[in-house]
Amino acid sequence: MTLGPAYLAYPRRRHGYDHDLYPWSAAHLRPAVRWPGGRPIAVMAVIKAEFFPLTPADRPFRAPGHMQTAFPDYRHYTARDYGSRVGIWRLLNALAARGLAGAVAMNVALAERAPALLAAIRAEGHEIIAHSTDMNGTVDGSLEDAAEEALVAETVARWATLGERPRGWHAIARSQSFRTPDILLRHGFAFTLDWVNDDQPWRFANGLWNLPLNHELSDRQILNVCQAPVESYAEQIRDAADCLAAEGGRVLALELTPYIIGLPYRIAAFEALLDHLAPRGWFAGPSAILAEWERQAG
Amino acid sequence: MDDPGLYPYRPWRERAKLVWPGGRPVAVWVAPNLEYYEIDPPAHPRRKSWARPHPDVVGYAHRDYANRVGHWRMADAMSEFGFPGSVSLSVALCQHHPEVVADAAARGWEFFSHGIYNTRYAYDMDADEERAIIRDSIATVRAATGQTIRGWLAPALTHTVNTLDLLAEAGLAYSCDLYHDDQPTWVRTRNGPLVAIPYSLEVNDHYGFFVYNMSPREYAETLIRQFERLAAEGADGGTVMCIPLHSYLIGQPHRIGPFRDALRHIARDGRAWITTAGAIVDSFAAQVAP
Repeated sequence: MTLGPAYLAYPRRRHGYDHDLYPWSAAHLRPAVRWPGGRPIAVMAVIKAEFFPLTPADRPFRAPGHMQTAFPDYRHYTARDYGSRVGIWRLLNALAARGLAGAVAMNVALAERAPALLAAIRAEGHEIIAHSTDMNGTVDGSLEDAAEEALVAETVARWATLGERPRGWHAIARSQSFRTPDILLRHGFAFTLDWVNDDQPWRFANGLWNLPLNHELSDRQILNVCQAPVESYAEQIRDAADCLAAEGGRVLALELTPYIIGLPYRIAAFEALLDHLAPRGWFAGPSAILAEWERQAG
Repeated sequence: MDDPGLYPYRPWRERAKLVWPGGRPVAVWVAPNLEYYEIDPPAHPRRKSWARPHPDVVGYAHRDYANRVGHWRMADAMSEFGFPGSVSLSVALCQHHPEVVADAAARGWEFFSHGIYNTRYAYDMDADEERAIIRDSIATVRAATGQTIRGWLAPALTHTVNTLDLLAEAGLAYSCDLYHDDQPTWVRTRNGPLVAIPYSLEVNDHYGFFVYNMSPREYAETLIRQFERLAAEGADGGTVMCIPLHSYLIGQPHRIGPFRDALRHIARDGRAWITTAGAIVDSFAAQVAP
């Protein structure tokens, strides 16, 4: 057996990365950043607001949380819809009751289907992040260039009809192609939330920013993938907050999925977690965090 | 092939009466994997590098977290409680992120090779190709740190039937790839004996968090249980406990606190010989003939 010389050639073995998407930077070598009000952490709550079409698309890939049974999968269609009808309102109520706001990563299809939800999100001060058209609007390296460009353009156009120009893009399952940062920049976006390599904002080579939305701390990862009870979820987030607060200038990302954390038997633990975090965290949407970061470290 | 003929069968009841320095019953070593994963590696005929089409944003960025953030947290926790690292190194990290390698060297850590990249696999390499990655590893680590590597953990745990022979041929002393025992073992190769030092899949943070889906506190409790049993049994013959780590996992903000608790427990217990892979191999080789 042999693999041949190409397999032992390393053309991108050099200082920095093996790509040119963004520059190398180690967190402990960066200047210190202080969040407003002397708060030790910024807390960036990002609620997912998703619409899963009854007929799922498998190209480029089927989104996490999508339909699972043979057609028609009323079980998962309605269980996901529960998140949009009930669970998300529990999350919005929990934040509003404490005077807190963050962001909602929203499929534009859901904004069109649920104007009352869109109105509440706006009225309560949450930043709207574009989250593709609906949960069939996935992207990865196998998608043709024109198809990805068209998907982003369609999302922007449909938001414009609703009077909204989101500055941020959050890809379904954080899945991008090599072209994505350039396409997003061309369509007027300022940042993504997809690259989980840091606890602080950083900038792509093309000028687009990335804000840290740690998938390891998402309710999906801890409650669904790892199948931990909600008390363990809350404990893990408190432990993360302790670590990040001690380091200073970090962002604690709370990725919240309404049909997961917004269930009756889980929401009380989440409310208690907010009570724990509210006095020590600067709760802010990504644009506010990015503005503060640019002011101090940009 | 039924049996690769690596070592003879030996029951746990007939243990070598190893005695570790200071009469301690259990040698504890920590193996941080300092790795580099390529974003767009060449295809290997027998294993895919990434689950998703390139770029696998979550897969790549998660590993990138280790070098940007996680390493420093993990290393500070280890230093706080007096645990040196024995580094399983993707040697191309010396080129990509020499700052990480320099930090490990400055802490007095030992380096062994984990291949060039964790996205290049040894399966199907011929002997000369495998010799080339061993030679590259020795030269690269020597240039970056002045250390001469003595050990090997196969890149992404990928092997050929020649690997152990080639390690011995190159003068390496130990392999971390065999999981058959809680004590070191002499392994036969065509080029003389090699020590197999106990590494671990089961208490590897990769298994804890990716395979068993443990919470951070469950993983810390697992380390403590592993330590308590190996320390107790070590009274009859010294045992080895390895804690293999990946800082994109253990260095996450929700995991570092419970991990520190586990290190504190082991350090304060008093029964652990807290040391490096090379020191364990040397102590074993001085006590047991090949």
